Amino acid sequence: MRGELSGLKVYQSGHWYFTLRDAEAQVRAVMWKRYAPPAEAAPPDGTQVFAYGIPTVWEERGEFRLTVTELLATDRLGKAQLALERVRKALERDGLFDLARKRPLPSLPERVAIVTSLDGAALHDIVTVARKRWPVVELFVVGTKVQGAEAAAGVVRALGIVNRLRRIDLCIVGRGGGAKEDLAVFNSEAVCRALAAVVVPTISAVGHETDITLADLVADVRAPTPSAAVEMALPDRTDITRHAAGLALRLGNALGRGTRIAGERLARTADRLEAALERQLEGPRRDLERLKAQLDALSPLRVLERGYSVARDGHGKVLRRRADFAPGAPFQLRVSDGDVAARADGTS
Amino acid sequence: MTGDAPTSPSLAEDLKRLEEIVRALEREEGDLDRSLALFEEGVARLRAARQRLTEAEARVRKVLEDAEGALRTESLDDD
Repeated sequence: MRGELSGLKVYQSGHWYFTLRDAEAQVRAVMWKRYAPPAEAAPPDGTQVFAYGIPTVWEERGEFRLTVTELLATDRLGKAQLALERVRKALERDGLFDLARKRPLPSLPERVAIVTSLDGAALHDIVTVARKRWPVVELFVVGTKVQGAEAAAGVVRALGIVNRLRRIDLCIVGRGGGAKEDLAVFNSEAVCRALAAVVVPTISAVGHETDITLADLVADVRAPTPSAAVEMALPDRTDITRHAAGLALRLGNALGRGTRIAGERLARTADRLEAALERQLEGPRRDLERLKAQLDALSPLRVLERGYSVARDGHGKVLRRRADFAPGAPFQLRVSDGDVAARADGTS
Repeated sequence: MTGDAPTSPSLAEDLKRLEEIVRALEREEGDLDRSLALFEEGVARLRAARQRLTEAEARVRKVLEDAEGALRTESLDDD
């Protein structure tokens, strides 16, 4: 029988229950576990199929039912659809679509690997946008066919080469727009697994806005087109230059602030030094006062203040003994506040 | 050899270090010698970054693998 698959249910037991229909009729069908493929391979509703089986009667309900032993998609699209679903399930089971394994893109990539066709429009677009946006970048193009029979093996090989390049920040893999069938390479299981194994963050850019490929689900970031991938991956030089200028300003201000604080600290240190000198000088200064007082005490003038006086002759010579005084001779008597003219009357 | 890395620090490294220096100086409690050393390093990093940003010209290289599996690159800049 040939028909469209509808309402397919795969039970825990592994048996498949579904309906086959065409424009005029429908029939319920069952495919026992021993004939049914694994649940992952269950084709989606709407798939056109050939079903081989034998007509049976479901006694409980008194219902006619087809017991199917083999189910085949009627056309290539159907087969491709089945294959795609199988790959999708397998990749999903292995966690390749997990959001947890998505890596963030580097903020300032300088070495970017590009996996694409060397003759395609995609490469031209990528280079043009990169030159305009972020001239700091160096692009490493790993060329490969992106459609046709050898494309999947080529992309897998190219992704392997990316892993051998040194200091790569990011990898963009993609192609320009194409027919839906041409996207097959990006739904290939081998390509998806190779993409997941790339050691740097990846962007898929398959250039088909409406169709999401499995590679898009595996890549860390999906871009709708190669140009969009470059815009996502590369910063704009103007923004980064402005950022650097802001840092320069802050650097200057920060040093100003730093030196002002250092200056204040230096001033505080000087104050402390002065205070320390002050303390060290205090002792000598006290000693000096004491010394001065002692010297003062020894000064002859202080002796005179206490009532002593000094006799000197006209030449200033001090008269110390009786013999120094001739009878009637004048002399000067020095008292505390000045000289007094005097004369000797005689000696007693 | 393919992918020979530049010996100078990358722009990303220069800018990252510059940010660290600015933050350190903004926090700095006034060790003048240290501040000046940081400042000088900052100026050098800034100069390198500025040069990269103003003088760089995006380069495009094609990666090729020879029969022995060795990689080499070829300029595609004349596209």
